[in-house]
Amino acid sequence: MTDGFLYLYIFLLAAFTGKEIIGRVPVILHTPLMSGSNFVHGIVLVGAMIALSHADSTLAKVIGFIGVALGAGNAAGGYVVTERMLEMFKSSKDSK
Amino acid sequence: MDHQELLSWVAKASYFLAAVLFILGIKRMSSPVTARKGIVQAGIGMVIATLATFAITGAHNLGLIVAAIAVGVVPTWLWGKKVAMTDMPQMVALFNGMGGGSAAAIGAGELLKFSAPGAAAVPLVTIGLAVLGALIGAVSMTGSVIAWAKLDGRMDKRFTFSGQQAVNFLVFAAAVAAGIALIAWRVEPWLVVTFFVLALLFGILMTLPIGGADMPVVISLYNAFTGLAVAFEGYVMQIEALIVAGMVVGAAGTFLTQLMAKAMNRPISGVLFSNFGGGGSGEAIAGSQKPIEAADAASLLYMAEKVIVVPGYGMAVAQAQHKIWELCQQLIKAGKEVQFAIHPVAGRMPGHMNVLLAEAGVPYDLIADMDDINPEFKTCDVAIVIGANDVVNPAAKTDKSSPIYGMPILDVVNSRQTIVIKRGKGTGFAGIENALFYADNTRMLYADGKEAANQLGAELKAIEGGGGH
Repeated sequence: MTDGFLYLYIFLLAAFTGKEIIGRVPVILHTPLMSGSNFVHGIVLVGAMIALSHADSTLAKVIGFIGVALGAGNAAGGYVVTERMLEMFKSSKDSK
Repeated sequence: MDHQELLSWVAKASYFLAAVLFILGIKRMSSPVTARKGIVQAGIGMVIATLATFAITGAHNLGLIVAAIAVGVVPTWLWGKKVAMTDMPQMVALFNGMGGGSAAAIGAGELLKFSAPGAAAVPLVTIGLAVLGALIGAVSMTGSVIAWAKLDGRMDKRFTFSGQQAVNFLVFAAAVAAGIALIAWRVEPWLVVTFFVLALLFGILMTLPIGGADMPVVISLYNAFTGLAVAFEGYVMQIEALIVAGMVVGAAGTFLTQLMAKAMNRPISGVLFSNFGGGGSGEAIAGSQKPIEAADAASLLYMAEKVIVVPGYGMAVAQAQHKIWELCQQLIKAGKEVQFAIHPVAGRMPGHMNVLLAEAGVPYDLIADMDDINPEFKTCDVAIVIGANDVVNPAAKTDKSSPIYGMPILDVVNSRQTIVIKRGKGTGFAGIENALFYADNTRMLYADGKEAANQLGAELKAIEGGGGH
């Protein structure tokens, strides 16, 4: 039962970390950043893979399959669009 | 340590490494210089974590897992590669919805497992977080899909009916009641299904009445939602990396949402539960809009020393960013000072304009935020407003009856001359008249954004050529 507190601390510290690392981001990077953090929660793929590996019934397999496919789409799509956006950011000093 | 334990250890160690890479990666995205490395780093973390997961899953349903990954990765990768930069907001919304759906699917699978006959007793906290994560994830999924459809122009801007808020509230209350029943009473398959139908329905209903101008706030909010859903399902699955990554995104997204809502001077609840432009319509404006021809506008630019360009969503719609930058390069070559002024909520995502300008090749040191640029308008000779409307409306400062009263705006009205490039005389998204367009020193250039930039460039060249002889 007391194990729960350890998780509570993880939740708390991760939340502060999230707020801290974003607090210093300039407005011009807000869109890539939102897109980048969108990519990072694609880690849900890992959870979905494990859930699908435990699935026995057909229903569980269908749900698991959907979960993995959606999670993989989140990760892959999120990466591609973020990378494409960031690729374009260049300083006038770079181009000269 | 036996073989299986060793594999689990390897997976857990990889997750830890991935979590570190995610945090460092996002941190690096806070500067334009290192941002690209940041996303690559986070990407490496994702690949490591995914590969390491096969150490845990082993051969169980291996074919299904690989097939599902292929189904998810291939189309989104190809689509993401070729989609136009102007369509980025809806892509982010869509991919975010997928993440929410994935978290909801994990929740659904786990809840059905708990409901199986003979299943071991599950702690209430675990059921509770499975339900909460599933609720948030499901709302984020259908909500994001609606946001995508709206931004992609596949759906009417707004959909409202009388008693909508009451209906929305009832659906939400029913979803919560079903969730509480799952936690406090028992996990029954029919109840799980009811719960999901209600949650998915609520995501749709909640997003339908929200208009395009509020989408930046909504996408950001759903991004935070998905993060939280992932973190909660991470607890259910006992995978710490999901908790950390999800929570970091959840907190960051919430912070970003607040920032944007503040920039629009509207509480988040106002975005979600009231319709923009539904309130008062503001005072009527005396005077008229004064049109100008491209040749005259070009001579204004020719005489100017300092020019500020104010882009808005209209520039994205007209795909005019490349032409505008060509025009600006011409002005810079002629020795004029050119800057771009970006309102925090211009466009359909925070920083939407920055992405488009970057695509066109505008160096980021020419692009200024609202607070930095506002004092500059006083010494500006010509401001060019292209496709921006509500974010430059001085009524936000002067007219208490205006629905946008109190919203911070770009002080374009202080510029000596203003040229507004606009397709027609219509009002902006909020449906309010813009006092700037009626100002004595404002001239309206009625044209498509791309076309107008082209004409201005050509006329300017003609003037420069004539002046040289």
